[in-house]
Amino acid sequence: MAVAAADQAALALGIRPAMALAHARAMVPGLAVVDADPAGDAAALARLAAWCLRYAPLTAADPPDGMWLDITGCAHLHGGEAPLLADLLERLAGGGMHARATVADTPGAAHAVARFAPAAAAVVAPGAQAAAIATLPAGALRLSPETVAALRRLGFDRVGQLADTARGPLVRRFGRLVALRLDQASGRVFEPIEPAVPDAMVTHRLSFVEPLLTAAAFGQVIDELLKAVCTELEAAGQGARPLDLLFERVDGSVQAIQIGTAAPSRQAGHLARLLRERLEEIDPGLGVEAMQLRVPLAEAQLFHQSVAALDGEAGPATDIAALVDRIENRRGPGSVWRASAVESDVPERSVASVPAIGRRPVSSWPPALPRPVRLLDPPQPVDVLALLPDHPPAAFIWRGKRHRVRRADGPERIHGEWWRRRAEAAALRDYFAVEDEDGSRFWLFRRGDGTDPATGDLRWFLHGLF
Amino acid sequence: MQPGMDIAGLAALRSEVARLERRPGPGRQAQSIPFAIPAIDQALPAGGIATGALHEVASSGAQVEHGTAATLLAAGLLARVPGEVLWVLEQRDIHPPALAAAGLTPDRVVYVHARKPRSVLLVVEEGLRHRGLAGVVGEFSGALSLTASRRLQLAAEQSGVTAFLLRRSRCFDDKALLAPNAAVTRWRVATVPSAPPLPHAPDTPGLGCPRWRLELIRCRGGEAHAWMVEAFDATGHCRLAADMADRPAAPQPRRAVA
Repeated sequence: MAVAAADQAALALGIRPAMALAHARAMVPGLAVVDADPAGDAAALARLAAWCLRYAPLTAADPPDGMWLDITGCAHLHGGEAPLLADLLERLAGGGMHARATVADTPGAAHAVARFAPAAAAVVAPGAQAAAIATLPAGALRLSPETVAALRRLGFDRVGQLADTARGPLVRRFGRLVALRLDQASGRVFEPIEPAVPDAMVTHRLSFVEPLLTAAAFGQVIDELLKAVCTELEAAGQGARPLDLLFERVDGSVQAIQIGTAAPSRQAGHLARLLRERLEEIDPGLGVEAMQLRVPLAEAQLFHQSVAALDGEAGPATDIAALVDRIENRRGPGSVWRASAVESDVPERSVASVPAIGRRPVSSWPPALPRPVRLLDPPQPVDVLALLPDHPPAAFIWRGKRHRVRRADGPERIHGEWWRRRAEAAALRDYFAVEDEDGSRFWLFRRGDGTDPATGDLRWFLHGLF
Repeated sequence: MQPGMDIAGLAALRSEVARLERRPGPGRQAQSIPFAIPAIDQALPAGGIATGALHEVASSGAQVEHGTAATLLAAGLLARVPGEVLWVLEQRDIHPPALAAAGLTPDRVVYVHARKPRSVLLVVEEGLRHRGLAGVVGEFSGALSLTASRRLQLAAEQSGVTAFLLRRSRCFDDKALLAPNAAVTRWRVATVPSAPPLPHAPDTPGLGCPRWRLELIRCRGGEAHAWMVEAFDATGHCRLAADMADRPAAPQPRRAVA
């Protein structure tokens, strides 16, 4: 019996895969051993690949220990490629899984960098995949151990050396696979990902007699697919959150559009509009022979009864979710929000961004206290002429312009929040609202109370404009 | 009048002209948000800020960059109509408590961070095509072409949503602010030194109500005007500056009867 796999703790103890079990037991008395279950591992990997559909519409298990995600056109939904990787690794770590991940132009390059580069999460810049894999060992090209050993005998240690060698002799000596893997990694040969589809997902697929090429034709298919999907969702009382549209091209590659909605939706018209707006990202190539619409995540959507006003006037409360979806799908996540009050006296902490759809924001800002329209972040230092300890400024210089203060109000003293940080326990700010000779109003503050140096260093800042 | 042309024909002709001029025809009542100040409302053809139209507001002088008074003007006007407001930002420097103090509570405002001037116009147009919004405010720092403003005006006319384009130029006197555009009204708001907080005791320190010079520099179907007003309160209303509107009566010639 031999060791099939070892976790981090076991590796640290010196146990390696393919080692005899008796040897390992001798090295570490009381070693916890679990029987290898390749079928179970494969099933778990497939489940994990289905879970990864939250990130991208095309995911596939890559046994024994890998996974493919085609994130083309989806990264912006997670704030970019690096945040997507960080989020993915964090969630996997939360599930007790140690993982490494890489984003690259081609599956081959991502596979190689993820397994052989030092960083746990790497983003290979577009077009830089050849350079990224050049220094990796030849084994990074997904070749059999025999081939790698034979290459090493001939002095080929690095991928870069192989890439620089003439192809003819290489293919004659080692077969076509080496050249194919090189081309797949550098992007000269397209490598499709065989996507995983979980069973319970609402999916509809339409295949065509003739390949489709035009956006108008795609639009018509989208309508047909949505009609079927929305009927199914309605029967289940559910609405789609993300929605994937897959284009199967005649050359075997698959392209995808992923859209998200702020609230569960099964309005065919609204969803069709969101999908149509993204059609320009699709390159149909020689034609698309089938299209597939999938709902990776459906949430319960209750039936709404629209208010029938007796006086015939339409109520002002129209559904803003559709508008929010359209804007957010274009501008990226986090670009649409509502402001909600936070129980804090510190001005920059008194506002929180909450999602535009969902819980209504609260307003608990004290109406009697004047607050500026624009808040400068960070506050800008100004030179001030003022009498200590508590007189308002007589004049101040901001951006090289001198403002003589005509009227002023204050101070409004705001203390640091001692429960947040120790440094804020003594800190305080004295705020003054001042008006200059033009009638412009400014919100200035001084750090400290003017007598006790522990409360602040007496520097003045401009924090906002009324 | 030519023979054969009757009263009905004339009325049809009038409504056709009104349609071409994009004025509400005789059958349709002009919708507007009144200032509730007779002097201002009478100067505006719609009797206030026309709904379903594009309005340009800008602060004047050095304040054009932050546009604080113009922001409050748009917020105060929209505070008085029910419904949601879409607020499109180029920079995230707005402080919502100030809008709440002008009457525009946070449950009514959806903010969009568009980042680039061009995106601001696209998002504003998207919002204007969504019927049922109370209004759309776009903070815009670029140059507004006649075509771009025309697109917004047409979108606003179609949906009936009121649009405010808040011009926030980055430099002091931007030439782009002088270029003509298709906005129905164009406003400049300048702050002026305010009156003492207590009129009977001018030496008392403190800040009174902010005072603006509200300038209507262009108005379709109306004349340019300027007023001195005191800024919006929590219900979104402003009033003419007190010492000009209610100035003391001129002394009467003394008459005595013996």
